[in-house]
Amino acid sequence: MPRFFLRGFFPDEFTFIQYETLFSRLDVSRNLLNSVLISSMVTVVSLVFNSMAGFAFAKYRFRGKDTIFKMLLSSMVIPSQVTMLPLFLMLKEFGFLNTYMAILVPGLANVFGIFLIRQYVMAIPDSLIESARIDGATDFQIYYKIIVPLAMPVMVTLAIFTFMGTWNDFLWPLIVLNDSSMYTLPVALANLMGEHTKDPELMMAGSVITILPVMMLFLVLQKYYIKGIMMGSVKE
Amino acid sequence: MKFKPVYFFLAPALTAIFVFFFIPVISAFIISFTDFDIYAIGDYSKFRFTGLDNYFKLFDNQLFWKALSNTFYFVIISGPLSIAVSLGAAMILNSKLVKFKGIFRLVYFMPVVTTLVAVSIVWRFIYHPEFGLLNYGLSFVGIEKIDWLGDPFWSMPSIIILSIWKNFGYNMIIFIAGLQNIPEELYEAAQIEGANGWQRFTKITLPMLAPTTVFITIITMIGYFQLFAEPYIMTQGGPLDSTLSIVLYMYQEGFRWWNMGYSSAIAFVLFVIILAGTLIQMWVQKRREA
Repeated sequence: MPRFFLRGFFPDEFTFIQYETLFSRLDVSRNLLNSVLISSMVTVVSLVFNSMAGFAFAKYRFRGKDTIFKMLLSSMVIPSQVTMLPLFLMLKEFGFLNTYMAILVPGLANVFGIFLIRQYVMAIPDSLIESARIDGATDFQIYYKIIVPLAMPVMVTLAIFTFMGTWNDFLWPLIVLNDSSMYTLPVALANLMGEHTKDPELMMAGSVITILPVMMLFLVLQKYYIKGIMMGSVKE
Repeated sequence: MKFKPVYFFLAPALTAIFVFFFIPVISAFIISFTDFDIYAIGDYSKFRFTGLDNYFKLFDNQLFWKALSNTFYFVIISGPLSIAVSLGAAMILNSKLVKFKGIFRLVYFMPVVTTLVAVSIVWRFIYHPEFGLLNYGLSFVGIEKIDWLGDPFWSMPSIIILSIWKNFGYNMIIFIAGLQNIPEELYEAAQIEGANGWQRFTKITLPMLAPTTVFITIITMIGYFQLFAEPYIMTQGGPLDSTLSIVLYMYQEGFRWWNMGYSSAIAFVLFVIILAGTLIQMWVQKRREA
């Protein structure tokens, strides 16, 4: 019985026993590792994909540019749940279910990220790019020697959004990861909840382990996160 | 033909979005007109086109209407309430009288970055009828024990309270930016004309914030229609299906019972609702500007 709630707000004694249980008996470290690796992978890969596309939409002319961009923007109104069943079948065919790939693949690129980068890169003066080109820089050099460094603030912003979004995501990992050693923290936690309903102390400790890493990340980088919200809310 | 570098930059992202987003959307649309189920997953030849059958079945099903009305209940109450709380918090933080704004802003914003599953678990214990913090607090003002998550009347309000707490910080940040864009002279002029606080709020603040509010309403609504984790963790859709949401119903039909055709039809109903909602918001915005 949870004495905690009966006696009042503060517990009688402090102990780390719940954390010990979680890490030794319930192997939460494995889920923590999954969450860290999956979130980092999605963040890095999508950052590369989105920044390249965002750069292209901001600084190049090509056929169908406006049409493609408008199509991408309007696709944002389609809820991701619509894609989940076919995507599940597709990943099953590839043999990706229950692997990190199952989370990575749908997160490779996203419209919000492309849009955010594009808005920022558009403000970078064309003259910088032109003078680099006169100096003999290739398009790829322009991308990673000029655009990427200059767009670093927005890249950091997008990185936090992606990392936190992937870390906190629940429905999709719940669908595609069904082996407890592959679970991310939220899925593992939901699963624990089923077995330990009568054990609030343990569940609270599990919640802390899940929330603490993203909270620390936010505290360190909050300036960039807040900026991202503002940028996302700027209308065309 | 010379290969243009722009395609090198575009190809990875556009291919990924096309293959893993657009193709699934189209497939889902097709699947929603078939009887695709667990047998078809094993052998793709085992499904037939059934026309609009899934949609007819859906509209005949009591549980679907229950899920639909629950979701609307949630969106219609949670949406405006959370926007109001966001605006209130933004105005408090924007006022000159408040000190330590940075700390308040941080604290108000914290719930936004937390993991929904984790906070749903914590709130499940807060709502516990015997040992929960909420009933403990209410007992001091003489309110009898409420079975928050066990009573079909209180279950949805409980989820609404949690989601307002979790989300208001996000819109608050956008509102603060909107408030800071309102020229101070407007308020000064109004004050000279003798307008009181309420008049300044309704005649200056609200109209000036209208574009922001439309944007916030759209994103909030889109997010709220996708209600899933809170009922999944706290109530599993119960009691008496009082917290069954559209997405939870879609998840159960699709990934618990593997009725994929039927489940895709549910997903498309969700899509149509969100699309309609967005178009209505945009139409309101256009009319206001005209």
